[in-house]
Amino acid sequence: MSKSLKLFGGAFLGTAAVLAAAANFADGTIASLPDQASRMALNAPADMDGMFIAAAQADEVPADAKLGLGREALAEEIAVWDIDVRPDGTGLPEGSGDVMTGEEIFVESCAVCHGDFGEGVGRWPVLTGGFNSLTKDRPVKTTGSYWPYLSTVYDYINRAMPFGNAQSLQPDDVYAITAYLLYMNDLVDEDFTLSRENFAGVEMPNAEGFYMDDRAETEIPVFTGEPCMEACKDTVEITMRAAVLDVTPDETAAAEAAADTAEDEAAAPESEAAPDAAPASESDGHAAIDPALVEAGEKVFKKCKACHQIGDGAKNRTGPQLNNVVGREVAAVDGFKYSKTLDAMEGVWDEEALSAFLANPKAYAKGTRMSFAGLRKPEDLAAIIAYMKAAGQ
Amino acid sequence: MSASDKSGTASRRTFLKGALAAGGAVAGAGAARAAGDPAITQIQPWMQELGDGVDVAPYGKPSEYEDQVIRRTVEWLTADPVSSINFTPLHDLDGIITPNGLCFERHHGGAAHIDPAEHRLMINGLVDTPLVFTMEDIMRFPRENHVYFLECAANSGMEWRGAQLNGCQFTHGMIHNVMYTGVPLRLLLNEAGIKSEGKWILPEGADAAAMTRSIPMEKALDDCLVAFKMNGEALRVEQGYPLRLVVPGWEGNMWIKWLRRIEVGDKPWHHREETSKYTDLFPDGKARRFTWEMDAKSVITSPSPQAPITHGPGPLVIKGLAWSGRGTIPRVDVTIDGGKTWAQARMSGPSLDKSMHAFYLDIKWDGQPLYLQSRAHDSTGYVQPTKQALREIRGVNSIYHNNGIQTWYVNEQGVAENVEVS
Repeated sequence: MSKSLKLFGGAFLGTAAVLAAAANFADGTIASLPDQASRMALNAPADMDGMFIAAAQADEVPADAKLGLGREALAEEIAVWDIDVRPDGTGLPEGSGDVMTGEEIFVESCAVCHGDFGEGVGRWPVLTGGFNSLTKDRPVKTTGSYWPYLSTVYDYINRAMPFGNAQSLQPDDVYAITAYLLYMNDLVDEDFTLSRENFAGVEMPNAEGFYMDDRAETEIPVFTGEPCMEACKDTVEITMRAAVLDVTPDETAAAEAAADTAEDEAAAPESEAAPDAAPASESDGHAAIDPALVEAGEKVFKKCKACHQIGDGAKNRTGPQLNNVVGREVAAVDGFKYSKTLDAMEGVWDEEALSAFLANPKAYAKGTRMSFAGLRKPEDLAAIIAYMKAAGQ
Repeated sequence: MSASDKSGTASRRTFLKGALAAGGAVAGAGAARAAGDPAITQIQPWMQELGDGVDVAPYGKPSEYEDQVIRRTVEWLTADPVSSINFTPLHDLDGIITPNGLCFERHHGGAAHIDPAEHRLMINGLVDTPLVFTMEDIMRFPRENHVYFLECAANSGMEWRGAQLNGCQFTHGMIHNVMYTGVPLRLLLNEAGIKSEGKWILPEGADAAAMTRSIPMEKALDDCLVAFKMNGEALRVEQGYPLRLVVPGWEGNMWIKWLRRIEVGDKPWHHREETSKYTDLFPDGKARRFTWEMDAKSVITSPSPQAPITHGPGPLVIKGLAWSGRGTIPRVDVTIDGGKTWAQARMSGPSLDKSMHAFYLDIKWDGQPLYLQSRAHDSTGYVQPTKQALREIRGVNSIYHNNGIQTWYVNEQGVAENVEVS
């Protein structure tokens, strides 16, 4: 830290130091008292000069003695949280997985965003290909073409994927998906099995593609020195204008949509839950919706939010928007590309059908692209349907 | 603007448009001369009727006439708003402190809502005693207050290939500057006892992205904070409530939010956010890694595309912000002619290490087009480069750390546009 005078932070500590020094004075002239000093400040500067410097300049706590706070972490606790993996394989759990198993899991849990072959759906990340593209005008940075270490792939899938259902995969699943990504990037054969034992032996193509920040040598000297202040150039011409591209968000639309959000945020915390939709549904002739159930359903809906939107302005995302989904025809949202399975289904999403689908999507509609394991608890099903009714009208 | 118009936003917008259409003339002034300014000659409702009681707003909000001052997003940037970014409205703000509700957000698995009673901070790895702290434990360590800017490494990243977004909110709004209250990280590490081979830390978030970054021990022991307050109140949910890491001067991605664990190790981890992302690809196909420090940078926030000149020729306040991850900003130069001639701006407000600095240049605008640029000098002597100078070294595919000089073209009507100039 710099030793320069700071405007903030010094006053409080300075006061503590003065009090502590006063106590030290007493100690020197009347005797006894060190306890008093230690009650006033945990770590006061040792001498008067130090004190005045501290009062004027210090903005950091000098204490470095242990305070005895916190408790020892249990081995069982560390085991649950300490999941990180390093390039040398440190942190990998026991386990293994093969390419073919990986393909099954990938198609089931990952392809909805990343595509069946890791090509990426919409703006979701592309995971495969891109070799020899890093020097091109439009580089494609994938696990195969760019990522330097396989450990990073394992670590990231294990800690953050599938998106919206993190840390749900078992070690064997993660090994299998990682093996499948290697296969899709043509780095291993289809009979390959990845395990903790052979993990460190897999070298990624771009392992040597990185070097330590060198701005201190390559840029800072170039960008240091007194610049020109007068008569620096003869002419100034516009060479490019943002207006030509016209990719700036529409000001009015963006402003109004976001203003609602800002107001919600600034409101008192209690107002966050329970969408106020009960009166509307009563006037529709339905039974009144239980606000507590709706509130519980809003929490359950967090499992769905990664892919689905509901409410004012809801749009199709990875999944279709869900406004009025209760009572809506199956696969009826314009502009959403459903699986063949859902396209072929007849009927409407009444509460019974939705409950059955959401309890076990892949059993109810074999072939659906919805990557969701299902809601096991009946009360969650009732709650989420109540929430979708309330929020989506 | 009609004083009796209840719709503040609409009237403000209409006013702005009207003023622009009238070529910068101020409509209200003429009316005032003819029959007296109705804002004065007519009794306004707020002069007559009672205002809000003290029980109306237990947590205060900005005036309803400020409802355009909001974070905004650029939808096409990312696949999904849950793993995305929004932008601080720099053009509408002043001074150096960003209000908490306007601090840009970037998260990778949504903003986690965490009950502080259920939150724990674990320190493990190469330590004498692995420890678990509750929030109450953390509050019992000595704490410090510091003002620091937090800038996303991708701020201005959309501008590498040329002028693209019309508004400093979008070109420079991945930054905020607040006062943090927190415990020096070294005190927490010291409590666990760092083993001599411990050279790196890996902070980790409790959110669904479980964000991690490797940070060298030297930085961890220098000025990092484990913060629980911003601008005096608890961290906002989207800023990592109840606990976040503060890594002064270094790229925002490293300031792990919802901080739940810090592991001490002997080598870096090379996790996703420091390999696949936040590495700077050069034209030769190689990439810089661990580009932690934020280079000195500045931007004029008004006039700018979202903040046109509406008052016509005459006195004009040019305002802007500057910052450096390596220290303070003793000087900012401003040009109004695209870089032919520069003048030193007036710095205003506290000059704090690794904090935003506010600058102004007060001119008399002659109504002629302006080519506005600002150029920051930091306390190490580094001078903010042009975008072209950066491109010559880095090419256009490095995404991160674009600190090049920004140009706004302001036409005779006062309308401002994001441009690049020769």
